[in-house]
Amino acid sequence: MLAEVLIVLVKVVLTLTWTLLLALFLTWVERKESAVLQDRIGANRASVFGLRAFGLFQPFADAIKMLFKEDFTPSFSQRLLHWLAPAMSFFFVAVTMVAVPFGDAVRLFGRRIPLQVVDLNAALLFVLAMLSLGTYGILIGGWASGNRFALIGSLRGAAQLISYEVALGLSLVGLIMVFPSLRLSKIVEFQGGTLFGFLPKWGIFLQPLGFAVFFLAGLAETKRAPFDMPEGESEIIGFYTEYGGLKFGLFMFTDFLEVILLSALATTLFFGGWQIPWLGAGGFVFPWGGTLKVAPWAVTVFQVLSFNLKVFFFCWLQILFRWTYPRFRYDQVMDFGWKVLVPLGVVNILATGLILAAR
Amino acid sequence: METRIQREARPESMLINMGPSHPAMHGTIRIMLELDAERILNAEVEVGYLHRGFEKTCENKTYFNLLPYTDRLNYVSPLINNLGYAMTMEKMLGVGVPERAQLIRVLMSELSRISDHLTCLAAMAMECGAFTVFLYMMKAREFLWDVIEFTTGARMTTSYIRIGGVRADLHPDWRGSLATAVRETRRVLKDVSGLLDKNSIFQGRTRGVGVISKEDALSYGWTGPCLRSTGIPYDVRKASPYLIYDKLDFEVPVGEFGDNFDRYRVRMREMEQSLRLLEQVAALIPGAAPITGEPAIEPAEAIRVSRRQKTAARIRLSPNLEGSEKARYADLMTSDRPAALGSTACGVVVPPKEDTYTTMEGLISHFLFFMNGHGIRPPKGDVYFSVEGGNGEVGFYVVSDGTDRPYRLHLRAPCFHVVSALEQLIKGRLLADVIPTFGSMNIIAGELDR
Repeated sequence: MLAEVLIVLVKVVLTLTWTLLLALFLTWVERKESAVLQDRIGANRASVFGLRAFGLFQPFADAIKMLFKEDFTPSFSQRLLHWLAPAMSFFFVAVTMVAVPFGDAVRLFGRRIPLQVVDLNAALLFVLAMLSLGTYGILIGGWASGNRFALIGSLRGAAQLISYEVALGLSLVGLIMVFPSLRLSKIVEFQGGTLFGFLPKWGIFLQPLGFAVFFLAGLAETKRAPFDMPEGESEIIGFYTEYGGLKFGLFMFTDFLEVILLSALATTLFFGGWQIPWLGAGGFVFPWGGTLKVAPWAVTVFQVLSFNLKVFFFCWLQILFRWTYPRFRYDQVMDFGWKVLVPLGVVNILATGLILAAR
Repeated sequence: METRIQREARPESMLINMGPSHPAMHGTIRIMLELDAERILNAEVEVGYLHRGFEKTCENKTYFNLLPYTDRLNYVSPLINNLGYAMTMEKMLGVGVPERAQLIRVLMSELSRISDHLTCLAAMAMECGAFTVFLYMMKAREFLWDVIEFTTGARMTTSYIRIGGVRADLHPDWRGSLATAVRETRRVLKDVSGLLDKNSIFQGRTRGVGVISKEDALSYGWTGPCLRSTGIPYDVRKASPYLIYDKLDFEVPVGEFGDNFDRYRVRMREMEQSLRLLEQVAALIPGAAPITGEPAIEPAEAIRVSRRQKTAARIRLSPNLEGSEKARYADLMTSDRPAALGSTACGVVVPPKEDTYTTMEGLISHFLFFMNGHGIRPPKGDVYFSVEGGNGEVGFYVVSDGTDRPYRLHLRAPCFHVVSALEQLIKGRLLADVIPTFGSMNIIAGELDR
């Protein structure tokens, strides 16, 4: 019993560390990637004992700056709620990470330890529920600020997130029909086989339309450009206009966590999670014949690396979108969600159902 | 103080104060908005946050001294302001300009025009969320400003174009830097076209937003790219050519609908035309500068000549811009020798600055020209002259009472007329539509508020 609690604790700490470090790293990636896109050099001045390391210390400098800033609460704001909003935003995204499987179960000291904090039986619903609760952070933040720009921002944010959750949910229905489980670990396992003997049986190949809807709706859920309605820094400055220091930092950090979360979900649901094409427990079995033996510990390492690589690819892709496209207008975002993504989601469900019934 | 919109606001709508400290208002404009959720029911635009009393200040400066103030009008294309003022004074004084100076003036005008358009579109794109476009265009502008900086010694406060010519010859390496600037700007324009022209998000933000009809645009007094976006091909460079624009080959691009996207497209295409002009002018400028001869008229003589029409009668301002219709004043400085193109003979030459600092004669000449109460004086009367600026017709109206400083100076700022239509364009639209509409107008508060 004690051992089990300890194992879960260790996994919680590891997962949180991984997420936070990756988010810190992403702030650096965003700076550097946008710099490369825009013919700039990007952050490279932060140094520790003269060691600059391509500006890799910049995130820590940012964190220190935010920590030491005055914790300012405007006199016209609602103190408790003003404090609660960033904490809520952060919590509900961070807690979602517990459902994500990082790798297959490993055998350690005679125990079977899944590389996942908790293997919920309705993990998919849990993820969607937590994403919905994140809306409260924005709504409360804007309301508690007592600023009209912030209020407009939070209302936009609430409307946008709720609308896109519909599309997000619909896009996943088709996936559940194909992989009949809500357990994320099961969904990943289902994607282990091959299609037509050579194609990995990933969600993207079974549900291409579903993935498109999921990814676009997910982009809108992260509320970054081109869907950054709640922020819209040149129009309404954003729902966190009245925030500064660490509380603002939490909001920003939540954005990066959402990027990671969306990447992790896209990987888990549509890109085989920790699966590597043709790699089974014993080693590679190539479709053109031939096998390659791989030690069990190496298989686990490869799987975790594969998951990380896929997550990182999607993070990179999202940052690329962020710095390429202009911002939508609020009504266009709503139109896009309700008139394009939701119908496409429904079409995807119908098509999936027809194909499944015909088989 | 309660404003109109505050008095008339409906109890159920929200009043929101956009600016002057708002990222998209450039720190200088305030728009009070009456909102129904996102829809703008009513708007009130307030200008004047950068009012520095330019016109009044000019009345207390001599004609030469006030030139640096014109740098601070449209601070994105200061050289065109210099040009507008210098040419107004040339019209009043009857001063001719050597050919090389005219070519340099065209070169500088077109460089400034491109940098003006680049700044406008960059800010517009950034405010629509396309930050990458912003930095691309700023990069191109740096190359253009390099050319300007090498020659004039300053990036913004150039004061380079002077009455009767330019301050100095071009930098020895100007051809190289100009070629780089033209090449880099072409590349950036291509990149930006690729990023925005067919981008459905950008089209959605700008197409059909901020539409103005030809009639409305004319009645508001719009000029420049904003007017041309409605389809009216009015360009001062074509309508009343100055310098050597009538000898150069360029087109006046026009839009179709008068919406934000047309204003964007017109500016993009105008930059291409300006690049063409730059190449044509660069080919026309001869390699070596003509050697300036000795002053044909002694300073004292020039001053005596300039004062021969001085009258004591009090001046009366004409209620309209009568000055613009008047013919050029008789050539006073150059007597009956207008500086024919190609001639190196000049009527009167300001002594070189080095002489002013090192020789007694130079210092005396300088004093005679420029000191308070001395110097050249224009005849009594008024003139109006306009040039095509970055965002429209930049006109100067100068009234002289025969002393060494203007009796009255009025600037016709193109922005002022454009921004007066802003209220009409954003009423009934969405909150987010304010941003590209305002951005595509290219409001430069320096000349708007004067």
